[in-house]
Amino acid sequence: MGLEEYKGVFVFAQQVDNVLDGVAFELLGKGKDLAKDLDTEVTAVLIGSGVTGLADELAVYGADKVIVVDDPELKDYRTEPYAHALASVINEYKPDIMLVGATAIGRDLGPTVSARVKTGLTADCTVLEIGDFPINPVAGQEQKHNQLLMTRPAFGGNTIATIACPDNRPQMATVRPGVMQKIAPIKDAKANVIEFNPGFTPDNRYVEILNVVKAVKNTANIMDAKILVSGGRGVGSKENFKLLEDLAEVLGATVSCSRAVVENGWLPVDLQVGQTGKTVRPQIYFAIGISGAIQHVAGMEDSDLIVAINKDEDAPIFDVADYGLVGDLNKIVPALTKALKEALAE
Amino acid sequence: MKIVVCVKQVPDTKGGVKFNPDGTLDRGAMLTIMNPDDKAGLEAALRLKDQYDAEVTVVTMGLPKADEVLREAMAMGADKGILVTDRVLGGADTWATSTTIAGAIRNLEYDLIITGRQAIDGDTAQVGPQIAEHLGLPVISYAQDIKIDGDSVIVQRQYEDRYHELKAKMPCLITALSELNEPRYMTPGGIFDAYEKEVTVWGRPDLKDVDDSDLGLKGSPTKIAKASDKVRKGAGEKVTLDTEEAVAYLMGKFKEKHVI
Repeated sequence: MGLEEYKGVFVFAQQVDNVLDGVAFELLGKGKDLAKDLDTEVTAVLIGSGVTGLADELAVYGADKVIVVDDPELKDYRTEPYAHALASVINEYKPDIMLVGATAIGRDLGPTVSARVKTGLTADCTVLEIGDFPINPVAGQEQKHNQLLMTRPAFGGNTIATIACPDNRPQMATVRPGVMQKIAPIKDAKANVIEFNPGFTPDNRYVEILNVVKAVKNTANIMDAKILVSGGRGVGSKENFKLLEDLAEVLGATVSCSRAVVENGWLPVDLQVGQTGKTVRPQIYFAIGISGAIQHVAGMEDSDLIVAINKDEDAPIFDVADYGLVGDLNKIVPALTKALKEALAE
Repeated sequence: MKIVVCVKQVPDTKGGVKFNPDGTLDRGAMLTIMNPDDKAGLEAALRLKDQYDAEVTVVTMGLPKADEVLREAMAMGADKGILVTDRVLGGADTWATSTTIAGAIRNLEYDLIITGRQAIDGDTAQVGPQIAEHLGLPVISYAQDIKIDGDSVIVQRQYEDRYHELKAKMPCLITALSELNEPRYMTPGGIFDAYEKEVTVWGRPDLKDVDDSDLGLKGSPTKIAKASDKVRKGAGEKVTLDTEEAVAYLMGKFKEKHVI
């Protein structure tokens, strides 16, 4: 079958506990741009159990069509029934482009499905656009038009690579949450729903869920925070994060952290900023006791204002900071908290 | 029990990244390490070896130099090392890497395959699940705890706001998070033994049930359109002051920027 038979931009509309993930709306927003350039439609693929009621919400954020795979086997995320569902949708409806959020689900589902339908997959994309491949004409090589050009940071954010998938379909990408923009909601939009069920027959690849253990939800979403007070290994201990919490409280800010902090068990993974955590772009980012490994910087360097406090004057975090204070965070942070408290009380 | 662990030799970015005068990465000047998530996967396998007398075989794909990472794994306690290296395998994307490693693993007996969740150079997290797909195995990604229960594994699979406790029949493939454990150090005796032990080197002809069209640069569906070094915003001001002055300085800046 020719590649030209693959049409449309498809978006995996991730839901957990029958609540749509924000990344689903972000992908729809980007998918709409791409669909416009290709003169086609954007279709959401909604997979779960008892999820049909969520379809209208996807229409509100731009889905022209919603393909719903609804089956009791799909209640909680498991690689196998979900991969079977999405791969079957791809084989049946033949999208030109398939976007998946680069979440803990998407980064498992994406590779499994891409291997099953035999196509390429580009991970953690931050820019998606339609263009030519090769970008500039090359003698003796066909230049293909209307290709998905997928840009991602590589090497811990030190290089930027733009990837194409010229000879396989669909062109698949996982997209980093928090990067693409959702559209302004289309009030009262109703979904054009297509129900599809490929049938689910459990085999050796269906694992059993013994337990679902939810983390205590005391954490704000760091991706929505206007100000982040972020700590690293240099904070020294879980208890010492109190200094950062005090500063955050004065500013109405949220506490976040680097990977080292999560690895030490001081804070939960949902507060982690960086390549393997979340990408944030608050108005102010305090990097306290964070050395600034490139994996961390990749997740926060687009913040409007970056303040770094570190005792090591050669710490790479100072290379991206607007204001860098070389010194002891144990002295500076409480003093700063006090000064801000007084200034804000005036 | 037989366990296969997949590891990758990666540049060490912790010591800082080195650049050539033209701004490209100077990979030659950067030290290499065993990818951290892979090392946690190896440690998990070695603990199962300690507990159940499992046999641990470590597989890597790379340049001949990647022999080093296998020696390190054997010095930590792995039993065997297999280096998959061949010029025709170069330039592989995650698809062609996973077909290669699956082709190597088809020659081996295994109950469990453990890979790292992702490598710190590519950060894709794709190769583990893709190997499982090629081998028709269940995959459990993002493992933060692994236990054996008879002929099954019980694994804590991490998500952003929860974990699932999953049970899968072996054989299966697990991708390990660094948080899984604290990897052991090499022992002097282990280092000595590691250089006594033999590393098996496999090339293209040793890969089982893989088409040439699925290998190397040519077998990679994704192609690089362009690559460039990231343009970063330059450093701002950096001051070394005593605490009081430092706070006054920052408060001044905040007022200037209308933050307060």
